Amino acid sequence: MSEKLAIETRDLTKTYDGVTVVDCLNLHVRENEVFGLLGPNGAGKTTTILMLLGLTEPASGMARVYDFNPIKEPLKVKRIVGYLPEAVGFYDNLTARENLKFIAELNNIDPAEAAQRIDETLEMVGLTDERDMVTNKFSRGMKQRLGIADVLIKKPKLVILDEPTSGLDPAGINQLLDIIANMPTMGTTVLLSSHQLYQVQRVCHSVGILSKGKMVIEGPIAELGREALSGGRYTIEVETAEPNAELVDILKKMEGVDKVEASGNILRVSTGSDLRSEIARAVVNSNASLIQIKVHEFSLDDIYMQYFKEE
Amino acid sequence: MAAILRKELYDCFNSVRFFVLFLLVLVASGFGIYAAHQGIRAALAESGAVTEGGFVFLVLFTSSFHDYSILTLAICIIVPITGIVLGFDAINSERTGGTLSRLLAQPVYRDSVINGKFLAGIVALTIMVGTTLLLVAGYGLRMIGVPPTAEEIIRLFIYGVVTVVYGAFWMALAMLFSVIFRRAAGSMLVPLVIFLVVYFFWVFLGLGEDVAKAIAPITSGTDVATQLQQAGLQQNILRLSPSYLFQEAYIALLIPMWKGLGAILYSDLAYMLPNPISLGQSLLTIWPHLASLVSLSVICFGISYVTFMRQEIRAT
Repeated sequence: MSEKLAIETRDLTKTYDGVTVVDCLNLHVRENEVFGLLGPNGAGKTTTILMLLGLTEPASGMARVYDFNPIKEPLKVKRIVGYLPEAVGFYDNLTARENLKFIAELNNIDPAEAAQRIDETLEMVGLTDERDMVTNKFSRGMKQRLGIADVLIKKPKLVILDEPTSGLDPAGINQLLDIIANMPTMGTTVLLSSHQLYQVQRVCHSVGILSKGKMVIEGPIAELGREALSGGRYTIEVETAEPNAELVDILKKMEGVDKVEASGNILRVSTGSDLRSEIARAVVNSNASLIQIKVHEFSLDDIYMQYFKEE
Repeated sequence: MAAILRKELYDCFNSVRFFVLFLLVLVASGFGIYAAHQGIRAALAESGAVTEGGFVFLVLFTSSFHDYSILTLAICIIVPITGIVLGFDAINSERTGGTLSRLLAQPVYRDSVINGKFLAGIVALTIMVGTTLLLVAGYGLRMIGVPPTAEEIIRLFIYGVVTVVYGAFWMALAMLFSVIFRRAAGSMLVPLVIFLVVYFFWVFLGLGEDVAKAIAPITSGTDVATQLQQAGLQQNILRLSPSYLFQEAYIALLIPMWKGLGAILYSDLAYMLPNPISLGQSLLTIWPHLASLVSLSVICFGISYVTFMRQEIRAT
């Protein structure tokens, strides 16, 4: 991962019929990282991607993909960027290999070179046996894998994947995520749009969360957690026999505790480290009867929910 | 764009659709030859080609059978339908198939997509029209044993060009609707309905003539100048239909004896020589027709081009 930016946007805005879909978006994707663009449906993820490719014009603001401006030089951007749209389709009457050959031709790849790359990428996505099959016989998962091959055929510097795992079975998802996780080692930056938090967490170095066209938070996953959960990486849930206001005060004064939330018998303590034993001791010392204590390490889910709770 | 053109042609020649259309062309040419076989003697005697004009070969294409000139009628119907079939799902099938965004994410200009498709359609049309003409010409040559003169070859060639232009107009129209409508059913139905109206009702069933007569009636008793003016107006109303334009154009090209693109006074008739008009004069007569057909195609293509360039790409 380097410090050079692969994608940079400044105040990127897009309106459709007076509705602002993307609102002053500032996005930073570093070279050779996997960046996850998260957000619920309709948050403006696809629109942002289309603007980055120069397929739709922003109302205002600036975008930069490597050293090119996608609005003014869309062809230069498209030459180095591979894009896998959400509902990817292929020409049904052509075989997998013919579909890829067509894309290679559009990218002006030398036929001999193209034939070699087609075999390589098909092998990478595990479609070697189906390469001469007509694509209308392909299953959803096979099409998605062929889509990945299709994106890689031009050896892109940046790959943009829009909901690549939607409609895949768990085995297919794992296979796809492995391929994605491997891309930075080949010198390819990845921008992955998704609402599947677990998958993003598994492969992404950094994430940006979009909501209603605005970037609510952006940065490396590890840092985000601290920020989102007001400093606490751990949430420790303490259940006592009956509510105890005194205990709340004691816990709040404890070193390393950031926040204590009480709801009935349950106390939620946010801490920077695993303070279970200290907390247990404090509970017992305060004469409250401890029923159970649970530790919960943050996940992207929590960050995500945190932001959408605030909406 | 070469890659897109190549792929579209490949698709075209491998599709069931093209195969069916080609069968239709074969049937039409076969029937046309049969009609010529049955009616050529009568037609030659009637047209005076043997004795006066000498355009024996062209009669092959226009000789009639049961009062209809089968081959020209077939071309009048098959060429527009071919055009519509070639163009009606050009853009919206890519959109519904999810291939449009993938295609446009490649380093190609957006207009090469639509240009490539249009060009591929024209190539396919040319092949079909060329095949039909060559089939009839070849078999006809064997049948009548009279070789075509140079002028006849030129006339036939220009007729082929006009036919391709006419087909291209229908293809451009269908492509326009394929850009506007998201569903292929709509973009096929609308041009077909337009074709029914401007050809079948307007020209074939004579609706156009009735409308023209109602708008510009020629009443006896008015002076000659007004009557001529009304007749001219009638003809121009009829020419609103591109099918009528095409019909006039092919008649002028294939029947050199025919010289009536407009009203002729009985008093003038006496001065008319019973000879065919020269190629140059025939061309002059149909020049506005050809120009109108070309500009109609260009207008349709232009609108679809501009609409497509401004359209949002997202699949939803």
